[in-house]
Amino acid sequence: MTTRMFGQSVKRNEDPRLLTGKGRYVDDIEHSAAQVAFVRSEPAHARIIDIDVSGTLDIDGVLGIYTYEDLEGDFAKPLPLLIPNDGLFAPKTQYALAHEEVCYAGEVIAMVVAKDRYIAEDAASAIRVEYETLPVVADLEEAARPGAPVAHLDMEDNVSGRVSEAKGDVDAAMAAASHVYQWRFSMERAAAMPMEGRGIVAHYDESDQSLLLYDSTQAPTGVRGGLALLFGLDPDRVHVVAPDIGGGFGMKVIQFYPEEVLVPWASRLLGIPVKWTEDRREDFIGSNHERGQAHEVRVGTDDEGRILGMETNFLNDAGAYCSYGLIIPIITAAQMQGPYRIENFRYEFRNLFTNKVPTSPYRGAGRPHAVYVMERVIDKIALELELDVAEVRRRNFIGPNEFPYDVGVTFQDGGPTIYDSGEYERGLDVLLDALDYGNARAEQRKAAEQGRLMGIGIGYYVEGTGIGPYEGAAIKVLADGSVTVALGFSSQGQGHETVFAQIVSDELGVAVDKVKVTSGDTRRIGYGVGTFASRSAVVGGNAVFKAAVQIRKQAAEVAARSLEVAAEDLVFENGQIRVAGAPDLSVGLGQVALISNPLRYAFGEESQEAVLLAQRAYAQSDRPLPDGMRPGLETAEFYSPTSGVFAFGAHAVVIEIDPDTCNLKILRYVVMHDCGAVINPMIVEGQILGGVAQGIGGAFYERLAYDDQGQLQNASFMDFLIPYATEIPTVELHHTETKSPLNPLGIKGVGEAGTIPGPAVIANAVSDALGRPIDSMPISPLDIYAILYKG
Amino acid sequence: MALNPGESARIELTVNGIAHQIDVEARWLLSDVLRHTIGLTGTHVGCEHGVCGCCTVLIDGEPARSCLTFAVQTDGAAITTVEGLAASDDGLHPLQESFRMHHGLQCGYCTPGFLMTALPIYERAPEMSDEELRKAISGQLCRCTGYAGILSAIRGAAEIERSRKGAES
Repeated sequence: MTTRMFGQSVKRNEDPRLLTGKGRYVDDIEHSAAQVAFVRSEPAHARIIDIDVSGTLDIDGVLGIYTYEDLEGDFAKPLPLLIPNDGLFAPKTQYALAHEEVCYAGEVIAMVVAKDRYIAEDAASAIRVEYETLPVVADLEEAARPGAPVAHLDMEDNVSGRVSEAKGDVDAAMAAASHVYQWRFSMERAAAMPMEGRGIVAHYDESDQSLLLYDSTQAPTGVRGGLALLFGLDPDRVHVVAPDIGGGFGMKVIQFYPEEVLVPWASRLLGIPVKWTEDRREDFIGSNHERGQAHEVRVGTDDEGRILGMETNFLNDAGAYCSYGLIIPIITAAQMQGPYRIENFRYEFRNLFTNKVPTSPYRGAGRPHAVYVMERVIDKIALELELDVAEVRRRNFIGPNEFPYDVGVTFQDGGPTIYDSGEYERGLDVLLDALDYGNARAEQRKAAEQGRLMGIGIGYYVEGTGIGPYEGAAIKVLADGSVTVALGFSSQGQGHETVFAQIVSDELGVAVDKVKVTSGDTRRIGYGVGTFASRSAVVGGNAVFKAAVQIRKQAAEVAARSLEVAAEDLVFENGQIRVAGAPDLSVGLGQVALISNPLRYAFGEESQEAVLLAQRAYAQSDRPLPDGMRPGLETAEFYSPTSGVFAFGAHAVVIEIDPDTCNLKILRYVVMHDCGAVINPMIVEGQILGGVAQGIGGAFYERLAYDDQGQLQNASFMDFLIPYATEIPTVELHHTETKSPLNPLGIKGVGEAGTIPGPAVIANAVSDALGRPIDSMPISPLDIYAILYKG
Repeated sequence: MALNPGESARIELTVNGIAHQIDVEARWLLSDVLRHTIGLTGTHVGCEHGVCGCCTVLIDGEPARSCLTFAVQTDGAAITTVEGLAASDDGLHPLQESFRMHHGLQCGYCTPGFLMTALPIYERAPEMSDEELRKAISGQLCRCTGYAGILSAIRGAAEIERSRKGAES
């Protein structure tokens, strides 16, 4: 009996390459290509009066300088709206190059193509843009104020969209409640900040009108489809390859960023390969941000802390444009109820333009805000009613027998939000046992007696993962017995080359390192959606499983004919297909691949034997390739889920605040997590640990400091504080496993989970330590100082 | 040497044991010369202002930011990049093997910088306190792992080296 690879902490197939410097990121490709630098808007809101390029004329090596005036046809139109919605009535997207008006600092105004990047930068800095500056609206709540400056000159206010929804009867619930509370919560922006910025290499070949694009995108198939349409090219001659990608976290899922259109456009225009590599400052001011919400919440409870009704009115910061539609606030609204049974719930949100970098999903995507609001609500109810925070959670949980559970609001895919499975109270028990909650509270009381500021925070979340519409896998068995798997969705470090190999390994009986996975290359598979929303393992994993099952079926048919046995008697192990009970009777999987493609001519010893086997099969049938069979051992299968699947988890943190420095010391950070069946525990733990670090960063260190003129004051790693190893504590991980009944493998997604409750747990812990509500995030030592010493 | 803008100077440097003579402009960064001129793309550039540490290489044995070093400054220097770490093409240095074993990398972008920073210290790492080891790598940013796997990997590399030597003898 061979060990099942599903569930094992298999070492990663991609690691030897990445560890030896042989990874291939976009900037590692085509060093001879012409290089691009961009001129970006300095003001956050302005009319462009003039663009003077005369200073560039004596710079050797400049190949071209382009502004909006150079764009024609569809290239001169606003970039596509990716996700329309009935509630999105001002769906503004930006132009590839700014047209008359710039609406955020960082918006692309001109493109320089030059022999190398040094020269391109020289030319970009010699271009003078004359602006007529316009009133700026930078603050989210200011943007909602009647009479506020408008982010776009042709609009009367800043509202781009509005959605409301209700379940039950909130008014009646409030009227019946023993207690009705009103609270406000706000969360500032955050940013993904992958260590590799975005990058593009475009190679347009006029001779056959083909385009090959290397792009650090999370969605190569979408980029390909969009570019084929925009360029008017045969889609089969447009290919997008997402090679190794240095982190994405949602930021790289947008199609298109302006550069993604402009770089191939320049390649076609100039007839040479053209390349752009984003630098860090560009990433701060030119790649999308997220978060940025303000909530007004009403909640009605009984005397025991049970929530009878709840409503939130909230604002979402779209930034200057909204190509990703209303997805972020929709997710916030859909996931706010978390693990709690709230019979009466109502929300309304407005999506507001501001003169800042546009927003789109960043790891967590609307959920960190939702969880922060809900979990602060729970803690505040506990405080009001003098109940324990864990007990209030317990009293409101959806029970283990209530699944499938209809949350009663619309999910991000447009369908209902229906939880597939969950064991929320068990999860809390696991968390509290691991924390030794009673003891932790006793220690906190002792610390308080000594005048020390200790706090405990809990944050519970439910995360909708694994949304459709579909994902696919193309599997092929090669003559040497190795297996190739091609996926349409790209990897940004999640270990696709390993986890999907594990699934194939189990089904086909080949070693994990004999399964070569290529992800995100449209030359290998044309259909796919992308890596986002914690969906790759769920949707892609089940597609891989389906494809592997199909290959096994095909291989068994061929092997059965060759070995003259029944297909049901065959077992797949160690690269061989054996007959059960007859150990000597076997055929290699690679041989089966060879004889699946009937050959007239042999090449090499193995194929000679295979040809003889094929001849035997031929002798029993009237055709070398029986009806209904295709040559080769390969297939492409697709999996389309009926709905999302809902992972859950809870974090607890114990902190102490240093009264002198107002810094946080994280004494313990405990995680309970449930993502259904786990393919590779090592990789799942890595996803959670990395997510936790981003959650802590977003709660306490990373703040995008915009001033009231829409200028990002800290657009560098010197000033924007991503935690180092010295800031991130040792995290204690605990798992439960509640499989999803909705897919064959029982998987739920995990990519975003670790980040989601970060702001909630830190806010709750600091509130607990200070005895003062922390209802705007992120916080910093300065905020704590103000609370402690300025009243 | 004094160079005017646009002028090149010839420098000699040794990279992973191989001597190179290269004409460089005064403003060319070592990171660009390693990546684009010599073609060693294992050294990555994450911020171009010396904060993230992705571009760390060894210059005469000491970790240094190749994005904050002009190539012309390294005339006569011996440089080690991630490509110079493993003894053979298909093998892994104990430190690399330990990163793989402890899941000390995800996207792999920051990894070369961590490896080069850890190279001079990993043999002492088992005796270092958690705080000391964290401080020792606190010039390197990782956005994927939360550092747990990296810390374990650096701590575990010496053991892998010992067991390899044990297996040889």
